[in-house]
Amino acid sequence: MSEHRINVEVNGRQQHATIEGRLTLGDFLRVNCGYTGVHLGCEHGVCGACTVIVDGKAVRSCLMLAVQADGAKITTVEGLASPDGALHPVQQAMRDEHALQCGFCTPGVVMTLAALTQDGARPSSETLLDAMSGHICRCTGYQGIRRAARKLAGENS
Amino acid sequence: MSAPGTGAARYIGQRVPRKEDARLLTGRGQFVDDVAVPGMLHIAFARSPIARGRIVSIDTSAARDLPGVHAVFTYEDIKDQQADFLSFYLAPIEVRVTPLADGRVAHVGDPVALVVAQDRYVAEDAVSLIEVAYEEEDPVVTLDDARNNPSIHPDAESNIAADMGDEDIDDNLQALLDNAPHLITHKVIHQRISQSPMETRGVVAVPEGPEELTVYITCQSPHAVARWLSLVLGMPQGSIRVIAKDVGGSFGLKNHPWREETSAILAARKLGRPIKWIEDRLENLTAANQAREQEMTLRVAFDAEAKLVASHGDYSVNNGAYPLGADANIAVHMFIWPAYKMPAYSFLSRGWYTNTIGLAAYRGPWAMESLARETALDAAARKIGVDPIEIRRRNLISLKDQPATSGLGVYVDDITPAECLEKLLQNFDVAAFRAEQAAARKEGRYLGLGIATYIEPTGAAGSISVMTGELAQLRIEPTGKVTAMMSTHSQGHGTQTTMAQVIADRLGVPYDDVTVFEGDSSRGGYTPGAAGSRQGVIGGGAAIKASELLADKVKRLAAHLLNANTESIRIEAGMVHVEGAPEMSRTLRSIAETAYGEPDKLPQDFEAGLEAQYRYTPPPVTFTSAAHACVVEVDIDTGFVKIQRWISSEDCGTVIHPAVVEGQIAGGLAQAIGTVLLEEMSFDDRGNPTAATYKDYMLPAISDVPTFEFLHANTPSKSVGGIRGVGEGGAIIGPPTLVNAIADALSQFGELPVDLPLTPSKLLDFIEGRPVRKPKEAKRAPPTPASPPPSAPQPAAAAAPSATAVSADGDWAMTIHSQMGAQEMKARFSTEGGRLTGKLMSDQGDQEFEGRAAGDTVAWEMKVTKPVSLTLKYDLKIEGDKLSGKVKMGIFGTSKVTGERL
Repeated sequence: MSEHRINVEVNGRQQHATIEGRLTLGDFLRVNCGYTGVHLGCEHGVCGACTVIVDGKAVRSCLMLAVQADGAKITTVEGLASPDGALHPVQQAMRDEHALQCGFCTPGVVMTLAALTQDGARPSSETLLDAMSGHICRCTGYQGIRRAARKLAGENS
Repeated sequence: MSAPGTGAARYIGQRVPRKEDARLLTGRGQFVDDVAVPGMLHIAFARSPIARGRIVSIDTSAARDLPGVHAVFTYEDIKDQQADFLSFYLAPIEVRVTPLADGRVAHVGDPVALVVAQDRYVAEDAVSLIEVAYEEEDPVVTLDDARNNPSIHPDAESNIAADMGDEDIDDNLQALLDNAPHLITHKVIHQRISQSPMETRGVVAVPEGPEELTVYITCQSPHAVARWLSLVLGMPQGSIRVIAKDVGGSFGLKNHPWREETSAILAARKLGRPIKWIEDRLENLTAANQAREQEMTLRVAFDAEAKLVASHGDYSVNNGAYPLGADANIAVHMFIWPAYKMPAYSFLSRGWYTNTIGLAAYRGPWAMESLARETALDAAARKIGVDPIEIRRRNLISLKDQPATSGLGVYVDDITPAECLEKLLQNFDVAAFRAEQAAARKEGRYLGLGIATYIEPTGAAGSISVMTGELAQLRIEPTGKVTAMMSTHSQGHGTQTTMAQVIADRLGVPYDDVTVFEGDSSRGGYTPGAAGSRQGVIGGGAAIKASELLADKVKRLAAHLLNANTESIRIEAGMVHVEGAPEMSRTLRSIAETAYGEPDKLPQDFEAGLEAQYRYTPPPVTFTSAAHACVVEVDIDTGFVKIQRWISSEDCGTVIHPAVVEGQIAGGLAQAIGTVLLEEMSFDDRGNPTAATYKDYMLPAISDVPTFEFLHANTPSKSVGGIRGVGEGGAIIGPPTLVNAIADALSQFGELPVDLPLTPSKLLDFIEGRPVRKPKEAKRAPPTPASPPPSAPQPAAAAAPSATAVSADGDWAMTIHSQMGAQEMKARFSTEGGRLTGKLMSDQGDQEFEGRAAGDTVAWEMKVTKPVSLTLKYDLKIEGDKLSGKVKMGIFGTSKVTGERL
């Protein structure tokens, strides 16, 4: 087994670890770091549930190896809300618009929307909805997710 | 719905923020894979790469030697532990099912061995080192294969897993069909579906010493799982604690554990170590139980005015190898016509075994009835030349036609599909659409309108023993806050929210002060779980009744403490008021503190504390009605379907939470869109699944699903609270609505075959005049001495007399092995020549009969009136002091009979 030392920053905290080369970033975040909000839905990059933000970009953590994240800055869904518990605007929009049911796909949806709206960006609803076509939700029929995306784009839903 | 006695703020009917969302949006939910227990090991399964064959040898030595591997188990290693598999109804499974394959494999993905290792990576490494030698046999894959080949199971007579209805169509019905002015024969093919919850199956089994067990499992009810496991494993139910806090969807897949979950539990008990198994998506798509794969030929006869005259349905469903209970789906026939004025209906229904993954439920398991009926009505309307709306208006049962009872005994007195249809039409201008459609057609654009109506049985309880009521246990804590232990369980349903709304509303406390606990079998129970759109109806009723009991208790105590009449006490927003005396108001907290801590101040005979519980059993069934419309455009160059508009007009009684109700309908409709346009689980000729990823099995994405419009009618039901179930409706009415729209768009090309999914390539075949489905030759086994010919179920009188007669005379202990469990009785036979007289004696009463005796066989018919009127046809064979045979129970199918001489 190949072993590698990595340093990553996850949700503002430095993580040092010695890991196998084949360990996925998703498993590393869930098992080694304890961020179980990273949900593995398909492990082949289609469903989007495992999406996290790596160096500012939305990434499917099932398709990336943990060693590839060495030196990176990672945010998971646990790292979005304020320390006082106030929800991130994406989380609040999802809550207001009843955009979740079972909540399994939700962290991935939230992270993609958060990545596209970070640093005050205000993409169009077309951009956000295009990105949402890469997330599978089996419960909601996407009605609330669509409304939340439009709200984040500044449109009245 | 009765008015609340509290005059409190109304929460029922409000779009309150969901209780579940705070944790689920922040990554703090607890799904089964989020559970970690000290010392926990991990499992991976070695699975069969062939669909049918004998296991010649299994070599696990290399796997065992891999560092990090703790154990490798085959069936031989765990067979010492009890694992008597049961169906959802807690009835024995009709064919032998073992946790791991015992000598034979019956489908690709059949679990053959398991590896227990330090982590899943090592477990999978070890699985790849297990060498299994198979002697492969030709698999039985399709329904046609099943009909034309000997039994795939050594312990089953034929591939018929279950059958119901009549093989021979009644002469009167045949005459009605033959003589009607219009008869259509409508065939519907429904593909196999993967339920595909976003969270796959999984379990963490934690043995607590040899006698106790904690099981974290993703499921539809921890209570139902605990009950199932206690019977399957032979452990007292109280010794098994099942926990399922958050579940990532289920849709019928996770009704109860099956082979892998049970194997993991047995392995954990064997090793005395906590063990986790999390199904990966490859396993979920290629080895988890699946659904549908049905065919139905529906014949419908109409008079000259397009009014229904008679109908016959012939239904088949592929049960796979190890279904979660053999299924011929009686509900398809029960619910196909009771919303319509249908004078006569009969059917033949069969479930077949094949070498494919076993059948499980999927949202609206009987949905085929709406698909077949509603698409048949549109096909008939086109053939007869009436409008599809008009054909429904002439035949639907409206409120003024009720009460009414269908031919199969379904009683309705408050269904509103006709009224939902009229409401829909008030909100959709059909004439304007037809004009737009005609104009578009001139431009070479193909628009279509689909309309469908239906009723759905929800909230069933009491008619089947596992379909219990639901329990609500409420407590006002000394702080004045309210906690509730509910037997409901959410896999996305939001029952922590809706039950809290009901309680806050009926108790008179702020919504934020109510916390609902569910998801743990050690709190409350019994329930079958989230099955059959029941939780709102029954859980809601239980929460209302318990809240009312508790409110009465508060009022009684407050009246005593405040020296007022009980009738003058009101509870509002967590405060207790005396009518007309605002200075007397107290907080609920102060009343609660007294109730628990100051027994001297309580009224005589007042049980200390503020607690109440109620187990609510509703009317046997509560119907939900709906009418839907959708508009599509079909691109005839590409075969792509674009859904332009979709309107739902449904009547689900009292709406607790509009966003939850709409979420349930929308989720079902998205699944309907997947069913009609995208999803297909199929197998090649050797039984290999051809969809192993979500690139092959296409789930609907946001771009496939339009924005739905909702119209709510709210006819209160007769259940407490007036609620009607809404969990499955979208998945039932959605498919025919969409198929009808596509068929309408393409009507100039002929009658569109209903062969799901209607993929672009199939639609192009249809548009361009090619056959939509290439005929496939069913595999037929060569007649060899080793394989006996397929045995059809034998008609009652066909038993051949044997040479040496054995006397049947005397008393017998007899058992009928039905799908709902075993029924014990005593039989007395007396034969004279070819004549048989006798008597059956059971705790249901005694009944005499007359019949025929020939050689070693006895056969007779007897009429019974419970649960419905039907004729039982017995056909038994006597061998010494044992008897065996069958009883045909009309629509309830054929059951095995065994007995011993007393």
